[in-house]
Amino acid sequence: MATTGIVTGIVSNLVTVKVDGPVGENELCYIALGGTNLLAEVIKVTGDKASVQVFESTRGLKNGDSVTFLGRMLEASLGPGLLSGIYDGLQNDLTTMTGVFLKRGEYTDPLDHKKLWDYKPLASVGDVVKASDWLGEVQEGWLPHKIMVPFKFEGEYKVKSLAPAGSYNIDTEIAVLTGPDGEDHPVTMIQKWPVKVAVRGYAEKPRPSGIMETGVRIIDTFNPIAEGGTGFIPGPFGCGKTVLQHAIAKQGEADIVVMAACGERANEVVEIFTEYPELVDPHTGRKLMERTVIICNTSNMPVAAREASVYTAMTICEYYRAMGYRCLLLADSTSRWAQALREMSNRMEELPGQDAFPVDLSAIISNFYARAGRVVLGNGQTGAVTFIGTVSPAGGNLKEPVTESTKKAARCFYALEQNRADQKRYPAVNPVESYSKYLEYPEIQRTLESIVEPGWIAKVLKAKNYVRRGKEMAEQINILGDDGVPMSYHEAFWKSELIDFAFLQQDAFDPIDSVCPMERQKFMLDLILDICDRKLEFDDYEKCRAWFKELINLARQMNYSEYKSAAFEKYHDSITQLLNDYGK
Amino acid sequence: MANKAYQRTYTRLQAITKATVSLDAKGVANEELASVGGKLAQVVKTSGDRVTLQVFSGTEGVPTNAEVSFFGAPPTLKVSEQLAGRFFNAYGKPIDGGPEIEGEERQTGGPSVNPYKRRQPSELIPTGIAGIDLNNTLVSGQKIPFFADPDQPYNQVMADVALRADVDKIILGGMGLSNDDYLFFRHAFEGAGALDRIVSFVNTTEEPPVERLLIPDMALAAAEYFAVDKNEKVLVLLTDMTLYADALSIVSNRMDQIPSKDSMPGSLYSDLAKIYEKAVQLPDGGSITIIAVTTLNDGDITHAIPDNTGYITEGQIFLRADSDSGCVIVDPFRSLSRLKQLVQGKKTREDHSQVMNAGVRLYADAQNAKTKMQNGFDLSDYDLRCLDYAKDYAKELLSIDVNITITEMLDTAWRIFAKYFSPDETGIKQSLIDKYWNA
Repeated sequence: MATTGIVTGIVSNLVTVKVDGPVGENELCYIALGGTNLLAEVIKVTGDKASVQVFESTRGLKNGDSVTFLGRMLEASLGPGLLSGIYDGLQNDLTTMTGVFLKRGEYTDPLDHKKLWDYKPLASVGDVVKASDWLGEVQEGWLPHKIMVPFKFEGEYKVKSLAPAGSYNIDTEIAVLTGPDGEDHPVTMIQKWPVKVAVRGYAEKPRPSGIMETGVRIIDTFNPIAEGGTGFIPGPFGCGKTVLQHAIAKQGEADIVVMAACGERANEVVEIFTEYPELVDPHTGRKLMERTVIICNTSNMPVAAREASVYTAMTICEYYRAMGYRCLLLADSTSRWAQALREMSNRMEELPGQDAFPVDLSAIISNFYARAGRVVLGNGQTGAVTFIGTVSPAGGNLKEPVTESTKKAARCFYALEQNRADQKRYPAVNPVESYSKYLEYPEIQRTLESIVEPGWIAKVLKAKNYVRRGKEMAEQINILGDDGVPMSYHEAFWKSELIDFAFLQQDAFDPIDSVCPMERQKFMLDLILDICDRKLEFDDYEKCRAWFKELINLARQMNYSEYKSAAFEKYHDSITQLLNDYGK
Repeated sequence: MANKAYQRTYTRLQAITKATVSLDAKGVANEELASVGGKLAQVVKTSGDRVTLQVFSGTEGVPTNAEVSFFGAPPTLKVSEQLAGRFFNAYGKPIDGGPEIEGEERQTGGPSVNPYKRRQPSELIPTGIAGIDLNNTLVSGQKIPFFADPDQPYNQVMADVALRADVDKIILGGMGLSNDDYLFFRHAFEGAGALDRIVSFVNTTEEPPVERLLIPDMALAAAEYFAVDKNEKVLVLLTDMTLYADALSIVSNRMDQIPSKDSMPGSLYSDLAKIYEKAVQLPDGGSITIIAVTTLNDGDITHAIPDNTGYITEGQIFLRADSDSGCVIVDPFRSLSRLKQLVQGKKTREDHSQVMNAGVRLYADAQNAKTKMQNGFDLSDYDLRCLDYAKDYAKELLSIDVNITITEMLDTAWRIFAKYFSPDETGIKQSLIDKYWNA
């Protein structure tokens, strides 16, 4: 007998329900409103009163309306057909919904149950298998999609029977497994998993050792992110958070990219599904949409589903990771998710923490970041979930709870700075404050030196130091004036400006400059460091400025030209000429 | 909102605050409207039989034995072509002396558009103001506020923008408008002969603040009627959203909710997003563009209201008085249109984005030179040229008094660049320099 209840109180989307039986934390329920059912989730229980957050507008709901509990948590449906999907935070398929407006209580299936998939078995009858072991495979577009032992299966199972290769829909029974209890368990191509629980089912989770290339110089060279690593991008509005995140989504070296638009603008999602079917993945040449899944709970969609959206996105990443793929999860913005938690916490009249956020905010954020990582699967193959979240700090002040909690959890910090954005120095990542902890990992250092060249780390650190020195010199020049400082200060300042303009800044809207492969990054850094390492002796700071300006202009023209093209070489030659003529 | 024939009347209020009343009642629906002693109210909370209502016109003079009756429906607006050319109050009642509107009764504050059914905004909205068209181009389906101190002429600029924009309907949502500003809009619209394509919902400073909460939903319900049903291009003007947010904080405060930053309700982001996200480009050609005003306190954009707004809207237009040129200018550093790259160089000339960036970068150099000058340092030749450039740039392009086409703006920019700089100092792509320098 399912537990039922009646509504006894309503404040916005927090509803109090008097229940007649057992209910679980995070259990789902349907609240009947006229002819529709509104999905809601239990977030607190006191005696026979359950507080539930409703994933829809509660307009028109009355005390006394009936509630039916579903006996399960919010689950994601996992199976072939997720790729290229556009879902809301609860994994409803937005493309199959009717009408221009979202209808309350309209829930659509995330997967197509009619479509036939070409299936072939990978396991054999008699095999002993565990959760997430591969039983078979279907071709999902370009991607061999593994059909796995469901994550929910605990202990060891024996394969009793397997369907032969053939064309099946996702509900077809493709295997029967005999469990530790001696019972037979049928397995189809679809499985469900509660989104708030991390998917385990891997042999080990080693420290990340690979690099995820993004084609963005200030990331790949200055603050590289590991494959299976975590990073976050805090910044005030208008500093290019979304542009940077989209650049990473387009260019990041991953098999699958899941984008969670969490409480952000709908037009940004429109941009993705309008442009991605046309844009090409620079690594494989396939269309970007073929590797992308969009989870979208825009800012005007119900708040409670906003929280669910990041978990749904993470679960889909973990599912593909268990098949041995490299996934990239981008969540924009985790602050909106934290605000959703705050809204509910306030309505439940909990004692607030800092800035009225719930006191366990920090724990919730670190738990979530901990779900990322590179894993070794039971069969020795590896998969990864790299997670990059954006944070929208109130007033652009990084001393606020969401930024501080995230800083403890994420290993890369890409601080966007208002001042740089005002000067149109994009990406406005502060080159001095930002960091990547991975640069200190010996495993990562080895990887980088083998991909790029031995001695690369030392070069990167040197370039960073030039930037830091230049910033210090700029402060001195500002205080003492152009005439009040030695010429070496001007030189140090302009060397850092050269690195900034010719290397750190990058035009995300230019077809060539937007993507900069590692080889080209090395070429440019070598060129720039060669100039920075020279001892220049200008007798006049005006000459110094003019000389560097010309240099910067030529280097930027190089960035806008096709790598090693005639134009590129022409500008390169001009730089060589300028260097040769120096002092003459 | 006529009373129904049969309804139960309550006459015993249990609690009264300045903005809310509570009473015991049964069978009440969330967000439904009611009358409290003849004043319009809306259900905001139920707990057991205890119902809390926000009273839009305030609770002054409401006694504990006031008559309360429930209407059984949330706020609605009657929509039809008759809306055009009319002025209404926050309840949708005519204030221009004309007759009531006949039409279909629709709930306001309805559901959002399925993001998948949206189209990418791609139509340019020219305003003639170079600070907007050149540096911060507007696109239909966009939502963008003016961030301005109360002493700046934001309402005038907004009226100019509205009347120059090529749209089918203009919907004005005035919240806490001074009577003078209300009359200014009315005369501006009448003077331009545009009254037949304008619908106005106005709450003036003379009216109770909580009533303002109804204005955006009313204005957007009308906008959705024209954009969705009639496939029209609709421009919605909302002024002043800061006063709207203040009204939100009054209600949440009276309901004893824990305030977050700047004593605003914790749900401020969602509350504002619900309004701004109504901006949309629809598949059948209709669109809703929202231009709002958020007044600032001494230019402080870190306050919760502009801060949350900035995260929701697709950019902001920042007005500032410029002492060097003596004009009110569109600040090129703090202003931003996030959708500009959808039209720049696509619906405008190819050099648009590079010219825009170069112009702003050189203006930034001029600001640095100005700082040096103020600190008493010697200025270099380049600094002096930047300062001269900045004056021309502010006067001929950034000033809100400019009214020229975008091609004229680009030509003006090239002319000013050539007057003070060498081509390589602009940092513009060589191919564009070859084509447009001294063209």
